[in-house]
Amino acid sequence: MDGNEAVVQGAVYAGCRFFAGYPITPASTILSGMLNVLPPLGGIVLQAEDEMASIGACLGASMAGLKAMTATSGPGLSLYSENISFAVGSEIPLVIVHVMRQGPSTGAATRGADGDVHFMRWGHSGGLPVVVLAPTGPADCFTLTVHAFNLAERLRCPVFVASSKDIAMTRETVDMERVEKPPVVDRKTHAKGPFLPFEAGPSGVPAFLPIGGPVPVRQTSSMHGPDGYITTNPEVIQSLVERLQYKVESQIDTFSFYDWDPQPGASMLLVAYGITARSAREAVLRLRARGHGVSFLVLKTLWPVPEKVLLSAAEAVHKVMVVEANLGQYVHEVRRVVCPKPVHFFGLMCGRMMTPEEIVQEVIRAQSS
Amino acid sequence: MPSLLNPSRPPVFCPGCSHERSLHALDKAFQRLHRQPHEVVIVSDIGCSGLFDVFFATHAFHGLHGRALTYATGIKLAQPHATVVAVMGDGGVGIGGAHVLAACRRNLDLTLLVLNNFNFGMTGGQASCTTPQDAHTGSAFLNTLETPLDVCRTVAAAGAPFVVRRSVYSQDLVEKLLEALRYPGFAVVDIWGLCPGRYLKANPISPKDMDGMVARAGVWDGVVAGNERREYGSAYAEHRGHAPFVEDWKGIEAQGRANLVGRHGTLFLGAAGERVLSAGNLWAMAAVRAGLHVTQKSDYNITVMRGPSIAEVLLSSDPIDYPGIEEPDAVVVLAREGVERMAQIWNRLSERTLVIQAADVPVPKHAGRTLMVDFKALDIARKNRAMASLGMLARWTGIFSIEDLVQAAAATLAPSQRDGALQLLRQGAAVPGPGSPRK
Repeated sequence: MDGNEAVVQGAVYAGCRFFAGYPITPASTILSGMLNVLPPLGGIVLQAEDEMASIGACLGASMAGLKAMTATSGPGLSLYSENISFAVGSEIPLVIVHVMRQGPSTGAATRGADGDVHFMRWGHSGGLPVVVLAPTGPADCFTLTVHAFNLAERLRCPVFVASSKDIAMTRETVDMERVEKPPVVDRKTHAKGPFLPFEAGPSGVPAFLPIGGPVPVRQTSSMHGPDGYITTNPEVIQSLVERLQYKVESQIDTFSFYDWDPQPGASMLLVAYGITARSAREAVLRLRARGHGVSFLVLKTLWPVPEKVLLSAAEAVHKVMVVEANLGQYVHEVRRVVCPKPVHFFGLMCGRMMTPEEIVQEVIRAQSS
Repeated sequence: MPSLLNPSRPPVFCPGCSHERSLHALDKAFQRLHRQPHEVVIVSDIGCSGLFDVFFATHAFHGLHGRALTYATGIKLAQPHATVVAVMGDGGVGIGGAHVLAACRRNLDLTLLVLNNFNFGMTGGQASCTTPQDAHTGSAFLNTLETPLDVCRTVAAAGAPFVVRRSVYSQDLVEKLLEALRYPGFAVVDIWGLCPGRYLKANPISPKDMDGMVARAGVWDGVVAGNERREYGSAYAEHRGHAPFVEDWKGIEAQGRANLVGRHGTLFLGAAGERVLSAGNLWAMAAVRAGLHVTQKSDYNITVMRGPSIAEVLLSSDPIDYPGIEEPDAVVVLAREGVERMAQIWNRLSERTLVIQAADVPVPKHAGRTLMVDFKALDIARKNRAMASLGMLARWTGIFSIEDLVQAAAATLAPSQRDGALQLLRQGAAVPGPGSPRK
């Protein structure tokens, strides 16, 4: 299977029953895949008139009680922006599969890159956090899509699956019996007493009732109090935005996904994510075979930054090297976290995957610098 | 029936604002329909019309400018029994025009109220898509240069089956709203009204003038002849009930054998229409059936019917991390387009690389051992070259027996392609090689 097929299977496993999308390479096969599987399961697939309508329909369906997902690529994500901040501010569970392609702008439709790593985190108004999970292949696409739904439901926020062309459209063998299948989580519904749509307990996540259900529910994109009505009260506003930040960031230890391959005595830590992690793993094997000590960390949670994981992985080394399929994005987060350790960077955004040998050469150069 | 207005949030529109009349008219229509608050969803977006949802005690969904219909679509599809009303201003119609047109074409059972007061009231009275050319607006002269949009003519042309235009002062506004809410499909009510805060001062219009303006623009009364058709939600539900589950997610049991230790990467360099990706897929499926690990990357032009078509298939006895081919073990050369796209590979070939080369396709100098194939002399058409090359590939790499490959094809291909493909595989396997086969 390919990464997009694995996303479709993961979504169905997680209970997704609403998908809306607009055709765009390399995300289109998620739309066609969902169209094959959701209607027979009683779900709904909408090919919307554009990307704003795709994500808009998902927001409506999600607030009406269905688990919803949409999928796009860079130019489409640009158009999602206004509704992503709506989902953040109004606590609407949503999974967004972002199959990155080489950019900027229209870029290269059939070429991959990880150029939108910061765009996913910061590409909406207000600057509040979202969750971004990064698969390295189809097996991860399945597992992380399930985690994405679980987190969207648990935290009531948009969650990204940050795939890319070379993951989405490369077919490979997967032993599904060995693929991790996390238990499915549903959003917490309001049980008793008067319902205030944005009143949250200590977890910071409000209980849910569906729009269209037996109790009238207020939902708004505007700044609001716990009752869902527009407010200009500075204290209410500040407490809302702090809660929106807290409810996501305080939970990072429960969804810091990574692969950790330490080498005792290694002086360098190599950090990678996405498809580049596949080249990097091969490079690490070659480096070790040639006598170079390298520990290896693959991040599968990119945002919020799993700082504890990074700090712990970098603890024993003198240098860190980050490789990514862009001109240097996540490396800034790694630098911030492991400061003052020196952090080297190697990146390519030419539309092809980095080769293991290129990484080998860069690591050797960085080790000797 | 009691009012559905929100007792704790009385309307706060400007004194004399037409939106307040529309609000009460809609409430009366709900009452006459005997709707309970929880049976109604008001979906609004930005501007003064976006205040609407607050003043009802119903479900409320307030979103971004021009997008009300997108949210309403998701809500209605998820909650088919709800009465879903989208409320937009003329600003929302302008910025969300594509959504309006799509809703007309789709014909989901929604009611759209356009609170049309010819300007952006909340942001300074700028011209909107419906501002008359002779109006004075906050956008200075710009509206004099553009023709206003006629909402009713536009939505009717786009397929809306139920279209109403009324002045907010019209005696039968409640009746018309009631008809729109009852209509089982997409219903649009274009309500013309006055904006005392921003528009009226520079453009004095009396309620009587407003009736005259509507009369001149054309009264729309409801059903649009020729646009009536099946409602989208019910059609979807019916289709969904009959949709077969087409995905087969059962895995493939390894059953054949492969003569491979380590990795073997093959590049198929062809052109669109030569079934290069299908051949790559069959090569991969033969390996899957033999218990190997496989990756297949494809590359083709987005023009689809023209240009290069390339498959990169990597087989391995061990799990594959890096799914690329650094040094190909075999290159199948079928068309000039593929050769040109992969111009960078030729200096990476060694004497171990098998190059199966169509005799009419030149390649740059390389170190590989070449099996030159005259497909024309073999009477193998362009579209069959890739499939025939698999027979050669199997024989001269020795990874699969021809019988295993044939069985993989028989199990994988559609019945219509099967017999032809099996013949091509055997024909390819009979082509004499560059040296003696390993087995």
